[in-house]
Amino acid sequence: MNSDFTPILVLVGVAATVCAAMVTLSWVLGPKKVTPYKQAPYECGVAPLGDARERFPIKFYLVAMLFILFDIEVVFLWSWLTVFKNAPVDYQVFSFWAVMIYMVLWVIGDAYVLRVNAIDWDEATSLAPEKLVDSPAISLTQAPRDAQKLASESNS
Amino acid sequence: MQEWLEGLHPAILALIKVLLFVVPLLMLVPGLIWWERRLLSWMQDRIGPNRTGTITLKSGKKIKLFGLLQPIADGIKLFFKEDVTPNSIDRLIYFLAPAIALFPAFALGGTVPLGPSYGIYGLLTPIANVDIGVLYFLAISSLGVYGVVLGGYASNNKYSLMGGLRGSAQLISYELAMGVSLACIVMASGSLRLTDILKTQEQALWGAVPWLQNWFIFTPFGLLSAVIFGICMVAETNRVPFDLPEAENEIIAGYHTEYSSMKFAVYFMGEYAAMFVFSGIFATVFVGGYNLLPINWEYLMDSQWVGQFATLMHNLQYWLAPLVFLFKCAVGITFYIWFRATLPRLRYDQLMSLGWKNLLPTAVLNFIVVAIWILVTKIHSTLMGIVAGALAYVLLYFLFKSFLGATRDKPILQKRTLDYMPEPPKPQSNPVTGA
Amino acid sequence: MNLPVTGEQLTFMALAGIAALMAVGVVVLNNPVRSAMCLVVNFFFLAFIYFTLNAQLLGISQILVYTGAIMVLFLFVVMLLNLGGKQIFKERRDFKPILGMVVGVSLFGMISSQLILPMLKVDQIRADNAYGAPQSIGKTLFTNYVWPFEIASVLLLVGIVGSILLAKRRV
Repeated sequence: MNSDFTPILVLVGVAATVCAAMVTLSWVLGPKKVTPYKQAPYECGVAPLGDARERFPIKFYLVAMLFILFDIEVVFLWSWLTVFKNAPVDYQVFSFWAVMIYMVLWVIGDAYVLRVNAIDWDEATSLAPEKLVDSPAISLTQAPRDAQKLASESNS
Repeated sequence: MQEWLEGLHPAILALIKVLLFVVPLLMLVPGLIWWERRLLSWMQDRIGPNRTGTITLKSGKKIKLFGLLQPIADGIKLFFKEDVTPNSIDRLIYFLAPAIALFPAFALGGTVPLGPSYGIYGLLTPIANVDIGVLYFLAISSLGVYGVVLGGYASNNKYSLMGGLRGSAQLISYELAMGVSLACIVMASGSLRLTDILKTQEQALWGAVPWLQNWFIFTPFGLLSAVIFGICMVAETNRVPFDLPEAENEIIAGYHTEYSSMKFAVYFMGEYAAMFVFSGIFATVFVGGYNLLPINWEYLMDSQWVGQFATLMHNLQYWLAPLVFLFKCAVGITFYIWFRATLPRLRYDQLMSLGWKNLLPTAVLNFIVVAIWILVTKIHSTLMGIVAGALAYVLLYFLFKSFLGATRDKPILQKRTLDYMPEPPKPQSNPVTGA
Repeated sequence: MNLPVTGEQLTFMALAGIAALMAVGVVVLNNPVRSAMCLVVNFFFLAFIYFTLNAQLLGISQILVYTGAIMVLFLFVVMLLNLGGKQIFKERRDFKPILGMVVGVSLFGMISSQLILPMLKVDQIRADNAYGAPQSIGKTLFTNYVWPFEIASVLLLVGIVGSILLAKRRV
């Protein structure tokens, strides 16, 4: 066994124990006086309407997806970073160009992400053609939600 | 002491190391909370908690602790508070989520050296001197997402879910820029081991001034990385100005709305412990870790004029190393609090565009420049390396700037943002009756 | 100490036991979010098994990519589809379980014939100390495996474009 990692395993064990103890202790020590009002979800005093687990915007999914892809791109580089500085010159030159080609593809990907406003939280900017202002069906003064409604009406 | 430690079974030694790290961290968290409340009060012209902890002796003499016991009293109180649990939750995940949130904060510091790598400190810190130290820290900090997203999901509360979603998207976005900014430092020091990164920083400043240390924050690329890492660090711990997951005027308390008593405090503790360890990592990677001043005392020891003083300082620095490290962490925490007192919260689209459109491209630019600098230095000379690096900065910056300008100048987008104002509703169209 | 097992074996048993238990949990649990959490823990302990086998970089990449990134996406998808909570899967009684069992057994047979039998002949349990270190992987990746490396970047670019097109076509 690689004994370098024994302390990390111990650390993980101790940290997990501490965390579990904290949560359990509060549950054991505190009083429990259950009333229906206490058990309701807290929504500023208003009775909650429906289940909270609603559908949510797909943008979050897109962010997670892009994060994975860029994260994997960095993971490929970590091993190179450790050898690049102290390697012999021919390896350095060769691997430098290899990495630069890689980085060019990365930059193209990043530029694409920025160009199509994939990480744009503003509803007004997206790839959806019916939302673009050039579309004659929509007047400029309408809010995006109205635009969506209009678009769906014109489709149906 | 040292022989005794060396003779121990590795597993027992590991346990000692871990306890020496985890127990002080646990004990420091109340102190951090007190410091935040006090400092914030001073910055806002208030007094803050200053009473708790006044001990009156039998002789009538009073010992004042400046309210230091306030967070401990709060903690004890929280343990005995009722654990209000809503009934429509996912019970198992609801109970697990705070523990999952606290776990990375404690496991994060597994590879951070608190003292020099020789002598007794070499045996006791870092907890594990593995050759993937930086990656270990990044990997564990990426686990922080789960506490937020599961807490939000399990509570079955709309505000919690919003907070969880916001939090997870924010954490993963800023993790990316953080990784790339650390990649520059790893490339410049040629190792993923945090002890090696520290050794690189103890070399001569810019390779020219042998009695000063080359802390990465003194180099241009290191400074850029430090700024990016610092911003990401604040975002990763959900602190102001990046506290959108718990923005109280929008979504109550975000992902921990439904948590009460100690379970809420566990989230709280996780945040503070993570802040502390992140500050420690910042100190290790960018500002020389346990070295108090960027001066190479070992080099100066041979000097005729300051030799004795340098020897004294060298020995002092060796024995006070963990305290210096703690001091640097405390400075980091102070900056966190200062940000909280100064900066307003970002909007969500600003948050996302800062992370993806500014920090990530800048970090990649920095990465490419460091690669060019290292290569040219090796092939030609140090001077050529610096010139090439500077040229690359300028060139890439203008490319980036012109690209961003091209993206922004799309006429559609500008018009849209200018005219984005809804008309007032017409009185005759009643949405309920349809009349 | 004269224990019947060494500390090393004990560590492996603990790690592999937790990992296997969590893997069972992924299949058995009804709630998809709980299944996903089991998978997270499974990946985490799998990484530690890699560590014990001297594959440091592989292990940490496992945590970094699978535990830290891909499982977040899984959770998002589970939450996006709104499968959690009360909607528990109820399978209809038909031939599907039998078919699944047959496929599972045949898959296991294939894996055992292709992997386990050759592995029985291996006399060195784990790689050398520096084998899985980032330095040696860096050297190998940029000498013998440069083309796969570059092609991976093209693949990731395709992934970026594809995911944006899928998610952004209609918001």
